[in-house]
Amino acid sequence: MVVWALCSRARVFPAGLVPSPLEVVQGFAEQVQRGRMLDDLVASLYRVTLGFLIAVVLGVPLGLFIGLKIQARDALLPTVNFFRSLSPLAWIPFALMWFGLGDKPAIFLIFMASFFPMVLATAAAVANIPTVYFRVAKDYGLDRGKLLTQVTLPAIMPQIITALRVTAGMSWVVVVAAEMIAGRDGLGFLIQDARNQLRPDLLVVGMTAIGLIGVALDRSLVQLTRIPSVRWGYEK
Amino acid sequence: MSGPILKLNGVCKSFGAVEVIRSLSLKVERGEFVALVGPSGCGKTTLLNLMSGYDYPTEGTLERFEPGHMIYQEDGLFPWRTAAQNIELGLQFVPDRVARERDLSEMLSLIGLNGFGDHYPHQLSGGMRQRVELARALVGGNNLLLMDEPFSALDYITRLRMRWELSRMLKERPRTVVLVTHDIEEAAQLADRVIVLTDRPAQIRREQRIGLTRPRDLTHGEVVRAIHDVLAEMGLEGPGRKP
Repeated sequence: MVVWALCSRARVFPAGLVPSPLEVVQGFAEQVQRGRMLDDLVASLYRVTLGFLIAVVLGVPLGLFIGLKIQARDALLPTVNFFRSLSPLAWIPFALMWFGLGDKPAIFLIFMASFFPMVLATAAAVANIPTVYFRVAKDYGLDRGKLLTQVTLPAIMPQIITALRVTAGMSWVVVVAAEMIAGRDGLGFLIQDARNQLRPDLLVVGMTAIGLIGVALDRSLVQLTRIPSVRWGYEK
Repeated sequence: MSGPILKLNGVCKSFGAVEVIRSLSLKVERGEFVALVGPSGCGKTTLLNLMSGYDYPTEGTLERFEPGHMIYQEDGLFPWRTAAQNIELGLQFVPDRVARERDLSEMLSLIGLNGFGDHYPHQLSGGMRQRVELARALVGGNNLLLMDEPFSALDYITRLRMRWELSRMLKERPRTVVLVTHDIEEAAQLADRVIVLTDRPAQIRREQRIGLTRPRDLTHGEVVRAIHDVLAEMGLEGPGRKP
């Protein structure tokens, strides 16, 4: 911050390329006053939450299926790996063609970014469950339903939580890109809009907000690792 | 009830071309403590897997007249459950809630873990974890315990202590035990009968009865003599030397 303030005071950079801290604070106040800050924030969070939740709700069961059934693994894993390696940004043209502008293309892109990693992480976690747990479960007479809820799911929970953190981070990256291209609001659109208006102060405002929310998202997901029944996964 | 709880008749087991167990016959009586010893890789664990019903013999018959619980070397506890919740796994078919709770708290004091019921396995020492594992198998009505080198991951002193713990628990709650171990001292101190297996394919090489009441001292004359006889049989101690 100090270096930044000194540089702008000494006019190291040509005027208009790097804003001063004061300009950024004023820009932030302006955004808040006009109500755009909150609107953009809510729009971005809504898209991330929805796209991410759909990806988790569909991805974890598919991951379980792939992890538990060898035939499913052989049949589906190459496909999942292919899409996992494909940058979600490559879907932007299709997202625009199929969904136009607004919430839907962003949600679609976030889904594409988080679904496949979620499937893979779940499948890998399931495949790594020590067989002794299943033997114990059989020995003590747990039926198939209980096997899932009392052995398989708790056994993969620590890795699922780690995958949630990684994937949520990616979603947050993707929503900015999606909104820059397909948005009419949101923090990504704020960035794009600031660029078009030649307002570097607002660019920094947007970047700061994006960074802070990203950290806050991860901090809140870290809370999940405090659940007593998953602590074992982080304390070896 | 009397009569055998396990009856193996000419049991053979092969994995593909590898013959692991050859024509092994053995009867385990109710309430008996049988130890299976032998060189590592000789098929002891395979034999235990057959006894537990996890695997099936290639030839011969194996009859088990009551269900059993297996006890593993380590990490058989569910790490996402507390000690008490792990023990409750052995109680889930006891319909009466009051009886379940009474049994659980009795068991926690029997294994000396009063006040540790809400600890998770990773918060307990190796010896404590094995005691919880024992407790889980001892609650409920199952009469047969199949133990696969249950103390081998523990340090020497803890292992000695666990032998006493096991004997003490079995006095409170008598069970039939088949113990697989490569620790001959452990076998001689704990078991009524030590069965020495050959190299793979496993066959019975010698049966050693130890007619002492349990629990007993490791240095009791008859225990020491049994250790000597087993070691001599395995060619690990001079035949002329007497203890």
